[in-house]
Amino acid sequence: MADSRLQIEKPERKERGPVWDVFRRLSKRITAMMGLVIVVVFLLSALFAPLLAPHDPYEHSLADKLATPSWDYPLGRDELGRCILSRIIYGARISLLIGLIVISIGIFVGVPIGVVSAYFGGKVDFIVQRFVDTMLAFPGILLALLLIAMLGVGLHNVMIAVGISTIPIYARLARSSVLAIKSRQFVEAARSIGSSHLRIILQHLIPNSLSPIIVQSTLHMATAILWAAGLGFLGLGVSPPTAEWGAMLNGGRLYIRVAYHVATFPGLMIFVTVLGFNLLGDGLRDALDPRLKT
Amino acid sequence: MGILLQVRDLKTYFYTDAGVVKAVDGVSYDLKEGETLGLVGESGCGKSVSALSILRLIANPPGKIVGGEIFFEGKDLLKISEKEIRNIRGNHIAMIFQEPMTSLNPVLTIGLQIGEALELHRNMNKKEAREEILRLLRMVGIPDPERRIGDYPHQFSGGMRQRVMIAMALSCNPKLLIADEPTTAVDVTIQAQLLEVVKELTSRLGTAVMLITHNLGVVARHVNRMAVMYAGRIVEQGPAAEVYAHPQHPYTIGLLASVPRLDKPRKERLVPIDGQPPNLILLPPGCSFMPRCSYRMEICSKERPELRPVGDGHFTACWANMER
Repeated sequence: MADSRLQIEKPERKERGPVWDVFRRLSKRITAMMGLVIVVVFLLSALFAPLLAPHDPYEHSLADKLATPSWDYPLGRDELGRCILSRIIYGARISLLIGLIVISIGIFVGVPIGVVSAYFGGKVDFIVQRFVDTMLAFPGILLALLLIAMLGVGLHNVMIAVGISTIPIYARLARSSVLAIKSRQFVEAARSIGSSHLRIILQHLIPNSLSPIIVQSTLHMATAILWAAGLGFLGLGVSPPTAEWGAMLNGGRLYIRVAYHVATFPGLMIFVTVLGFNLLGDGLRDALDPRLKT
Repeated sequence: MGILLQVRDLKTYFYTDAGVVKAVDGVSYDLKEGETLGLVGESGCGKSVSALSILRLIANPPGKIVGGEIFFEGKDLLKISEKEIRNIRGNHIAMIFQEPMTSLNPVLTIGLQIGEALELHRNMNKKEAREEILRLLRMVGIPDPERRIGDYPHQFSGGMRQRVMIAMALSCNPKLLIADEPTTAVDVTIQAQLLEVVKELTSRLGTAVMLITHNLGVVARHVNRMAVMYAGRIVEQGPAAEVYAHPQHPYTIGLLASVPRLDKPRKERLVPIDGQPPNLILLPPGCSFMPRCSYRMEICSKERPELRPVGDGHFTACWANMER
């Protein structure tokens, strides 16, 4: 403790800005750092999949189907003889894409709804919140299944369906942060210098309500990946040849007794990635907690 | 000097579950250009609400300005459009708030926040705005503004933050500055400094000031005219020196008697005002101060006294005649 105080008093620390500050606090928690490492590995493999994958994920060879792990194929081959490691690496792209799009839908639709609802209050708030209540009352997976039934099977529809089911969560979250912030004096001060509603929302309310939303979206990344895998497992997601973790898990399910690796490695990947995002999210929650700021 | 602000019979009520709170109930006063008016009274007497009403910053619901007129440079601020009042806010009438710790946005640098008003009302480009912000920071006495302009509010002390607020408020050379208990939340030594800064700058810029405070010492030193509020009404109004020398309303007399003075023997006890401020939902029909008043008469519980002249520009709302 004494050590960290000494560090804070170093003058050059001042120049580094808020991102560095959060990282410094994050780095003190070993679980959060583990999460961060997992997430970074996940992001890198998604971004550089073609460079990292040892084989073409779609190249099949029925002669070598269900081959066990070897030097050449470290995680073995699947039921069509495709390289499981390469498919997992490419699958990270799909998971990342799904996660990002789902969260973007949630944030870009949910946050404005919540902010407007809280800022204007009264009747607006009442109507919007009853609508949000209705959406929250649906179990998310049911809502997603319902939307897929309406829109049809496919990756886009999975993303839209899961995205829509996260909207009410972001709306609630944004609303509660803004309710706490809008009565603060700097909002009144902004009004007293003649700022418009839009300006107050964009300049003062949203930036101040961001930290719970960042935490939630990190945690949601995990949920979205899990959901996408779940829907893929049920055959509602991507169409077959595409490398997707849930679909891979489902493909390997039939052979679990003869070839454990086909289902195990995608399953492990889902588990580790979700764990990574959850650990990071928990760590961020602590790092962004304003009560711990000095 | 022309009259800058005329408030006539202003009424601001709050509609709560418990009933209608008449926070401001028929307040009238004038403010001349360049003048400093002190608005004095205890907590909850309607000082702040009457000031916020001028800029129409009352949260609605529950609050509502239910009556009256507020003429600013001939325009009734209660009748103009939302867009017009936004142009008045910050540009012609600026405000400083009580809590310097919370009246700045914690996630924006102070440069950006001062720039907000410049951008809104003075159409400056980035470079001009930066120069102007530096000038303003220098003006309010913030050392090393080039380095401080990119700092966040938490890197400033309370007194320095209030200086930033003053810079922000004066950034568009307003005609009127409303200072709502600007020094309540800072140390006594800093209070004096801040008030000197406000006084010095506003007299240089010719800005009229409405100083809301419950500190009578502050009023005595910085104010030309004062108005004493009690339970949503003005009970006494006049030139500050005159009100100090010859207070006419029992409440003002009580307030002055409850403040320690350097020119009285130290052994002398302070005289508190008995009782509690009245419930603003259930005001008695007569004079609101009657239950706590030591001069009360029969008429006090029946009829509410209106402001009447008792001297040159000196008014009181009391039935009793104090000897002068």
